[in-house]
Amino acid sequence: MKDKHKTSFASKIYVMLILLFLYFPIIYTVVFSFNETRSLSVFEGFSFKWYQKMLKDSSMVNAIFYTILVAVIATAVSTVAGTITAIGLSGSRRILRKIINEVNNLPILNPDIVTGIGLLMFFSAIAIKKGLMTLLLAHIMFCIPFVILSIMPKIRTLDPNLADAALDLGATPIQALTKVIVPQIMPGIISGALIAFTMSFDDFVISYFVTGNGVNNISIVVYTMSKRINPSINALSTVIIIIITVVLLIANILPIIKEKRRKTK
Amino acid sequence: MRSFRSMIYPYIIWSFIMIIIPMLLIAAYAFTVKGNSVLAFRFTLENFRAFFADSVFLKVLKRSIYIAFVTTVLCILLGYPTAYIIANIAGEKNKFMMVLFITIPTWINMLVRTYAWLGILQDNGLVNTLLSMVGLPTLRLIHTDFAVILGMVYNFIPFMVLQIYTSLTKMDKSYLEAAQDLGANGIQSFLRITLPLSFPGIISGITLVFLPAVSSFFIPKLLGGGQYVLIGNVVENEFLIAGNWNFGSAISLIMAITIILFMWLAKKADKDPSGEGGV
Repeated sequence: MKDKHKTSFASKIYVMLILLFLYFPIIYTVVFSFNETRSLSVFEGFSFKWYQKMLKDSSMVNAIFYTILVAVIATAVSTVAGTITAIGLSGSRRILRKIINEVNNLPILNPDIVTGIGLLMFFSAIAIKKGLMTLLLAHIMFCIPFVILSIMPKIRTLDPNLADAALDLGATPIQALTKVIVPQIMPGIISGALIAFTMSFDDFVISYFVTGNGVNNISIVVYTMSKRINPSINALSTVIIIIITVVLLIANILPIIKEKRRKTK
Repeated sequence: MRSFRSMIYPYIIWSFIMIIIPMLLIAAYAFTVKGNSVLAFRFTLENFRAFFADSVFLKVLKRSIYIAFVTTVLCILLGYPTAYIIANIAGEKNKFMMVLFITIPTWINMLVRTYAWLGILQDNGLVNTLLSMVGLPTLRLIHTDFAVILGMVYNFIPFMVLQIYTSLTKMDKSYLEAAQDLGANGIQSFLRITLPLSFPGIISGITLVFLPAVSSFFIPKLLGGGQYVLIGNVVENEFLIAGNWNFGSAISLIMAITIILFMWLAKKADKDPSGEGGV
């Protein structure tokens, strides 16, 4: 941490090796999903065979459908609910804020398996059949705390008199919210939605415990099929890798483009 | 913002139902036995007795702690230099890019990334194919402790790197300048200043690595094979196969207490050196 000396060659190599370690399995999965044979060690030619197999496998197609459906609904619901709660929290008493934060920390800090079995027993206690409904409720439950966490810092930077000013100037409470507060905290809401989407899209452990009735997401299908080597899993994996990468790229690039446009104006 | 205070009420009800009640259910099941309806709550420690009386379960608990511990240590040893190098790269943009590169894998499904190792480590997988191509004997990699620890380090090391990186960048650089002015060499100022000041990052890194490592059940299942059992696998089995929720709940409580205990030890280890060293 001396001056601004250049990063040494050895350091560069070291970081490259760590990155190689992190990325190699991902690249490996993508490459071998296009392999012509079943082999997972020798690449014997390019083909879409495993993608065709994947599309013919109804459990895989259903899993893709449910994963996207659940992620979209859970993101929408948890973003709206999280925004409402975060705005409400900023106006409430400190003790209440503390309690809600502690409660929200439970699903964040608990091992997923604990959250999963808790929900499993809860759904069974109130006799909701395991399936799409339980999966959605569970995903909304673990997404909201992350949405609140990413919105709260934005709200804290708001002028506390902003809402009152809008109300004094004749805005209805709803208008004050949608026209004044929400636009101000939009970046927080968007990053909250993004976190919610990836959390829901990637979840395995909690989904595994609360779902049933043939409703499976991609992770569960990979887990249950992984007992035998099946290159279609690589195709399925590649689909999720691509979806998440595209979502992330859009999320990271859009603000940069916006910034550039603003500057050129 | 006072006028919007009532907007919080729906979430109070929701979080009580969806977060608090499931946690209470775990406790309720853990302290009752099967057949004894949870509604007619009859307190018992039978589940815990059954766990600690059975040497098989104790072995599984020990092994889970051992694997998680080794994983955590490896994550610190490999992750600290990574974070340190990134924190010292010239240029904010380069730093940002490197942090992004470390973060991206964590956004990609863990199960998918773990599954990839199956193909790499298998008996006729990538590593062994390459080994036999150059005429070396093949290795037994899959279904070993090595495979499980590798899978865990692979999945959790980004969290460690990011935590340490954050604590290194937050550090007040003037301490280092002062140390240099006072004649400390690079190693001395690293050991006496940088390392102690980055301890909070290491501790939160430990939390983010040890906790998922000790409770993981799909990494041991995928890379350790069907016979490889960690505490998470026992919980999975009690809930989804054996159907003994009471015993499963008790085990998950034991798991939670193990985690809390370990965190407490890590926090204590954090306080001691900085207390004595007096930065």
